[in-house]
Amino acid sequence: MCPEPEAALTAPHSLEYTYKRSLGPILSQFFTALRDRRMLAVRRSDGSVLMPPKEYDPDTGASLDGMIEISSEGVVRSWSWVSKPRRQQPLDHAFAYALIQLDGADTTFLHVVDAVEEGSMSTGMRVAARWKAETTGSMTDFVFVPVSSK
Amino acid sequence: MSDRQMDGDKPSEHDEDVTLLRVPVSLDYDYSAGVSASRFLRGIEQGKLLGQRCPVDGRVYFPSRGSCPQHAVTFGDETVDLSDKGTIVTFSIVRVPSANIPLELPYIAVNVVLDGADTILMHVLDANPEDVHMGMRVQAVWKPREEWTTSTANILYFRAIDEPDADYDQYKEHI
Amino acid sequence: MRDVAVVGFEQSPCVRREQNRNEVEVLVPVLRALREQTGVAGADCDFICSGSSDYLAGQSFAFVSGLDAVGAWPPVSESHVEMDGAWALYEAWVKIQMGQAETALVYGFGKPSMGDLPMTMALQLDPYCVMPLWPDAISMAGLQARHCLDAGVLTEREMAAAAARDRRHAMQNSNAQLRWDRSVDEILAEPYLANPLRKSDCAPISDGASAILLAAGDRAREICERPAWIRGIEHICEPIDLGVRDLGRSRSTQIAAEKAGVGSGKIDVAELSAPFTHQEILVERALGLSLDSSSQTVVNPSGGALAGNPLMAVGLSRIGECASRIFSGEADRGVAHATSGPCLQQNLICVLEGE
Repeated sequence: MCPEPEAALTAPHSLEYTYKRSLGPILSQFFTALRDRRMLAVRRSDGSVLMPPKEYDPDTGASLDGMIEISSEGVVRSWSWVSKPRRQQPLDHAFAYALIQLDGADTTFLHVVDAVEEGSMSTGMRVAARWKAETTGSMTDFVFVPVSSK
Repeated sequence: MSDRQMDGDKPSEHDEDVTLLRVPVSLDYDYSAGVSASRFLRGIEQGKLLGQRCPVDGRVYFPSRGSCPQHAVTFGDETVDLSDKGTIVTFSIVRVPSANIPLELPYIAVNVVLDGADTILMHVLDANPEDVHMGMRVQAVWKPREEWTTSTANILYFRAIDEPDADYDQYKEHI
Repeated sequence: MRDVAVVGFEQSPCVRREQNRNEVEVLVPVLRALREQTGVAGADCDFICSGSSDYLAGQSFAFVSGLDAVGAWPPVSESHVEMDGAWALYEAWVKIQMGQAETALVYGFGKPSMGDLPMTMALQLDPYCVMPLWPDAISMAGLQARHCLDAGVLTEREMAAAAARDRRHAMQNSNAQLRWDRSVDEILAEPYLANPLRKSDCAPISDGASAILLAAGDRAREICERPAWIRGIEHICEPIDLGVRDLGRSRSTQIAAEKAGVGSGKIDVAELSAPFTHQEILVERALGLSLDSSSQTVVNPSGGALAGNPLMAVGLSRIGECASRIFSGEADRGVAHATSGPCLQQNLICVLEGE
């Protein structure tokens, strides 16, 4: 008979990386505009508008540089509910991640909707950006809120 | 629709464009050492240096990671008590600071083969850089006993002892 | 093209937490069993390729220690992908196709239980616009599921049926982690974990490892009585941003399946690595498998990823589960699927056939 081995030692371990990423011309314009509380998108060769902007067309690989300003209001195209946010997540109370299509954009992007409760979320609802008091030029400078409760 | 071309019609209130993005990554783990490394760490808490023997060729691994990297077999529960004395097989005099090593420069990084072990241990040596040499006999300097934990940090560093140098043949395979 | 076959497969049980063994200690018995099954030691293979993730392990270059389980002295010819072992198998297959190897050992391993897996998965996202928001993997999948539900692509009842089927199949698989028999109505009565996903819609968090031996031509026939020949293997990738993809279907799976020749014969068995029920349905459809229960194809006889999800090994295990049914003669032709990236971004399809 083998004696039962003693349980393994465990310890908390935090892994941290302090990445600083350089942005390049397109994303630099995009994040500079966010700092100024404006939404910049990019126009593709077929006329459609990509938000957030990309340096290259995801379908064709063509260079993109036609930056345009679009609205900071839009429509929720899909959402999922986070009832217990983790410490890294942008809000410390329940909220929704959503795919949001801003007015003037042809694509959706992932962001956060600060809704009071799950029941107030619905696909197709209108939302608007609510900016932080101090913006730095990052995706966490804003969250969306339902338009009616803005 | 504000589908306006960007011609600088809304000048930035800041002088500089945003050209860098800080993206701090922070992840939490509940790390498990595994049974084998735990046995080693519980030993060092008691001031013991426990190696493990490969069942295929009998070589003693220290520290043991639970299996033999040469023969790909798991070690059993048997452990081998090792001395805290050993021989320097190679060394490097470090003059570059490192955030993780709180030693004054220059310090001496050493590979030590402990008496009874067949693998090397990387550590640091407290000595005058002019005196360090291959084959030098050394011994671990431990923290005060009341500070021992399940950590290799219980050994502060190695220091020279008054013993004749080891024969080259005794450690040449570790170079 | 050379004839290359899967000639051996072993796996560890999928468990919620491997508390007492490190990755190497999980791998060693798997590789030993594979050696006993095939008579070929890993270190004697012409090429060795593995899949694992340093972020899961919580330390950089963690994959290097995986080689301790192989016995890499004298040195071996080796490579690694920071992906599921199924992609390591693809690399090994290419190596054999190029004539640089006759045999290859492929393994994948992971212990996601040590970290907070849904958050670790956020690190695979666009680091500029998406990752800083830390969307967890379940929320990401939820966005896709709701899109599918809203668009009428599928129903919650169909999702619950996939959840029930896989865990029922898993009752025959002692290596699976979730093994139960519940009705669709019982599952639909569960509360939401992350609306619109219920717990049953999600794959478990599993620690584990698996390994496959590949061999070419006559060498394959020497090692294995009935090799599972790789008749097609392909992997296809979509853009990473959800906003520019059609989330209501898996176009990359469909293209990979066409290129791998899934449709050119009857499929007896399909092993799918989709970690969420709606994704499993999308993959089934992209493969052209009928959802009808009268279909000849047995989908996920092992329970699939929904019954056991050892990240970095789960896709490789699907190839192995499919191959082992060909070894035994239970199946003549099968398809295995592996996925990587958010919401089925990248998919690998492997068609296996017995002689």
